[in-house]
Amino acid sequence: MEDKKVREAGIKTYITIWAALVLFTALTVTTAGLNLGKTGIIIVLSIAAVKSALVLLFFMHLLFEKVTLIKLVIPLALIVLAIFIGLTYTDVAVR
Amino acid sequence: MPERKKSDGKLGMWLFISTEVMLFGGLFLLYSMYRYKHAQDFHNAALELSRFAGTMNTIVLITSSLFIALAVYFQKKRQDKKAGLFILLTLLMAFTFLAVKAFEWGEKFEHGLYPGAAHLMSLPKGEILYFGLYFMMTGLHALHVIIGIGVLSFMLVFLKQGRFGEGSVYFENSGLYWHLVDIIWIFLFPLFYLIS
Repeated sequence: MEDKKVREAGIKTYITIWAALVLFTALTVTTAGLNLGKTGIIIVLSIAAVKSALVLLFFMHLLFEKVTLIKLVIPLALIVLAIFIGLTYTDVAVR
Repeated sequence: MPERKKSDGKLGMWLFISTEVMLFGGLFLLYSMYRYKHAQDFHNAALELSRFAGTMNTIVLITSSLFIALAVYFQKKRQDKKAGLFILLTLLMAFTFLAVKAFEWGEKFEHGLYPGAAHLMSLPKGEILYFGLYFMMTGLHALHVIIGIGVLSFMLVFLKQGRFGEGSVYFENSGLYWHLVDIIWIFLFPLFYLIS
């Protein structure tokens, strides 16, 4: 808690992140237009993951969060979700 | 508000957000399973959606996310006028989103594509499932947008009444809720509009 002012998002950071999000949207629409099949799905979903990470870290301030417990909530939720999805897929794959 | 109480309030909000991740995560799982089983039908059905409208709404929501981030930023600095202006801009974006969405749904309805419609029921099973999931998931998301509009309207009124101190946790949590709405759409957009 000592160095409170070390890292805080400013107006410039927000606008940069917004521009990156718009750019990624353009990129994802272009990729989808190329009809790459399975590779296309992976690229498009990876871009969505990157975009949501940008929103979480900068717009939602998780990068600047000082309380560790708050930082852990979303990673934990994602791990639980990954277990759900992983187990369901193995069930379907070996049925 | 004391620092400790504030971080508790924020933790509560993040726990709520994690339950929302689970809610939509379950629906995403359902989508991916049905897609795996009916790949061709999902492909054909996705061609019905307007990629242009979807892209436009993505840009609208991303911009609204920027505006609410700026509103929270200015509220922290106690520049209430600017914070209020950015909430208004966020609300404007929210209504734009709903208008585009209403237009899109209206078009589907005209083509006989709505849950239980005779035309939709005559389509292959996978396409029925696709549109079922489409209306369920975008509908649930739109409900979040409407709730977000309500929450932000209250924030605007409270702001005008000068109820908030420096960096109010209520204000910040409302911002977090709005960003959540944006993140859900970031995933809905590729799933329904782009993967075809």
